Amino acid sequence: MFITAASAISPQKSFRNADGFTAVPLTGGNRLLCSEPDYSSLIEPKLIRRMSRIIRMGVATAIDALQQAGVTDPSAIITGTAYGCLEDTGIFLKRMVENKEEMLTPTAFIQSTHNTVGAQIALMLKCNSYNNTYVHRALSFETALLDTMMLLKENGTSQVLVGAADELTDQSFIILERFGLFRKQPAGEGAAFFVAKASPDAAIAEVKGIRTLINPGTQQVEDAVKTLLQTHGLGADDVQLLLSGRTADTAMDQYYNVVEQTIGNEAAVIQFKALCGEYPTSTSFALWLACITMQGKTMPGMTDASHVRYAVIYNADKSGYHSIMLISKC
Amino acid sequence: MSAPVYIAGLGAISGIGNDVAENFRALREGRAGLSAIRYLDTVHKNTFPAGEVKSSNEELAERCGWMGSDSRTAMLGYLAAREALDDAGINGSVAYRTGLISATSVGGMDLTEHFYPHFLANNSGGKLRQVVEHECGAVTEKMAAALQVTDFVSTVSTACSSSANAIMLGARMIRNGLLDVVIAGGTDALSCFTLNGFNALMILDQQLCQPFDQQRRGLNLGEGAGFIVLVSEAVAKDLSKPAYAKLTGYANANDAYHQTASSPDGTGSFLAMKGALEMSGLQASDIDYINLHGTGTQNNDASESTAIRRIFGNSLPRMSSTKSFTGHTLAACGGLEAVYSIKAMEQQCLLPGLRISKPVIEEEGVMVNEFTNGIPVKNILSNSFGFGGNCSSLIFSAI
Repeated sequence: MFITAASAISPQKSFRNADGFTAVPLTGGNRLLCSEPDYSSLIEPKLIRRMSRIIRMGVATAIDALQQAGVTDPSAIITGTAYGCLEDTGIFLKRMVENKEEMLTPTAFIQSTHNTVGAQIALMLKCNSYNNTYVHRALSFETALLDTMMLLKENGTSQVLVGAADELTDQSFIILERFGLFRKQPAGEGAAFFVAKASPDAAIAEVKGIRTLINPGTQQVEDAVKTLLQTHGLGADDVQLLLSGRTADTAMDQYYNVVEQTIGNEAAVIQFKALCGEYPTSTSFALWLACITMQGKTMPGMTDASHVRYAVIYNADKSGYHSIMLISKC
Repeated sequence: MSAPVYIAGLGAISGIGNDVAENFRALREGRAGLSAIRYLDTVHKNTFPAGEVKSSNEELAERCGWMGSDSRTAMLGYLAAREALDDAGINGSVAYRTGLISATSVGGMDLTEHFYPHFLANNSGGKLRQVVEHECGAVTEKMAAALQVTDFVSTVSTACSSSANAIMLGARMIRNGLLDVVIAGGTDALSCFTLNGFNALMILDQQLCQPFDQQRRGLNLGEGAGFIVLVSEAVAKDLSKPAYAKLTGYANANDAYHQTASSPDGTGSFLAMKGALEMSGLQASDIDYINLHGTGTQNNDASESTAIRRIFGNSLPRMSSTKSFTGHTLAACGGLEAVYSIKAMEQQCLLPGLRISKPVIEEEGVMVNEFTNGIPVKNILSNSFGFGGNCSSLIFSAI
């Protein structure tokens, strides 16, 4: 699967940042909010006002990726979101409780459904193609990629718009914080969309393979990393960059230790959640980072990326979902 | 990519029955499951009839063998998925690569909406155990753990077409050689959130719904779960009883017209039906029965019937909407209606739509209004269309 365009909105100044970026000081304490761009060149102001943050971030990154790739009518639109449209869900729930189920307006309900981001993209593009939304926790984005890979295999001329979006709201932050999720790591959010196709022309990176595991042991993770590399004729020393989902929360350390040991001493390790915060579809931000690295752009912790030929993204979510992606330069 | 995909097991729970046999009996006897709301705590309980599963959460938990703190969505989903797996005779004795692909639109909202009043009153209020299954994926995760499925687990949420898309993904994973067995379908519990959302949209019927009748006024909501077990050809040969049918066609398209309304010319539904037919290699005239999306809203039924005219011209297959029995079960409807379609094929019968006095499609005999036995049924088209323009069609064929 070849990526021809990538776009991300994140707590960093990542959107349309042609020269790479340096880390902005994160001032939000244990809550990182996205740095939203001026959308007016991408979306009609009238539409922006009606959209919740997740919708406008998702739509803007999707439109940006399509413009970069020069694609106006993608063969498929595939979205991953773990939490869905929380802001509109919260608004409708609040009104329902306060108004005791009477006199409700439908707008927030309409925009609360999980497929709203993918649907709004289709609506803006007038795109009648395949459209799907995956909502499976920390594998939502990975499932969207898996679907994309199958579509490209089924139809070699497809150009697929694939991405992920999750938003943190005041309410969801408080609730997740009560679960103790952000004691040692900041909460995050973001949207990232990519254009993918089966052939390498004009590609910026190739996603060579993805492995997902559910509640594995450390040995299974190690085997999966090795197998993924071997399948593509690579050894541990061939990887120059590991984008690791590790945070200061030590709960999953045993897994991150194993992967760092497996990939060897050659790879630079970047902890991507230090840039985007913790959220279930954060691997979409990591894939965006891998894509800009493959284009030779810089990011915090890596001032010269010219030597990076292969990168691995590894994420071990506390709910038991692990994913490994192998990315190569084109 | 055209390796056959077989259906080896069926599971269903809805307002018309707790298992496939009960569901089928109600369809045969013309007994709808729509009535005043009894289990959901809502101010609208005597205003809008609904197709509730006739069991309390305590009774469902007991059937699941669970503690009673889980989302109703997870319990309904587990019961139907378990029935489907048992029906297929897959018990873990052979190590098939097995996946669970579920679909839901509400996830654990039935519990979240109990948490919210306490939370809104005080940010530290409300029991956290009522939101642990809020995420759609958390509901599937609970089901997967109980079914002991670990190879692949995923959740689709494309509103009312969700479970048709779950079935599509399952079939494609088998065709791509990634899995041998997939339990695919969907589950949704009735919640105040959805009931009030649909009420705000003013598309609920205060009487019993009349899908594809000219007098239709809106939809009744339902709840339930429907799952089918998809298997590869190799697994189908292994199993002790013959598979029910093959999934020969599927397609997903987007109407790209409006966030909630369907286009007047039925673009999305036309493309979904056309794509499914093309994949199956069948002619329109090969379709013996259409299980309609048929929600009973003015908009859906007009759009869907227009799209059907565009595909089938004047040679219309017989058709009905079983939502006149179950109500609209949202993300579960594609799964439930797949089960009904496959049962109709197994029993060689046509399932009726209820309460039709002036059919939208007026040609004699097209709208099936009573249970009809002894009909050769080889190919069935099942439609599921949803908010966000998401339209999917599936074609089931006799083996």
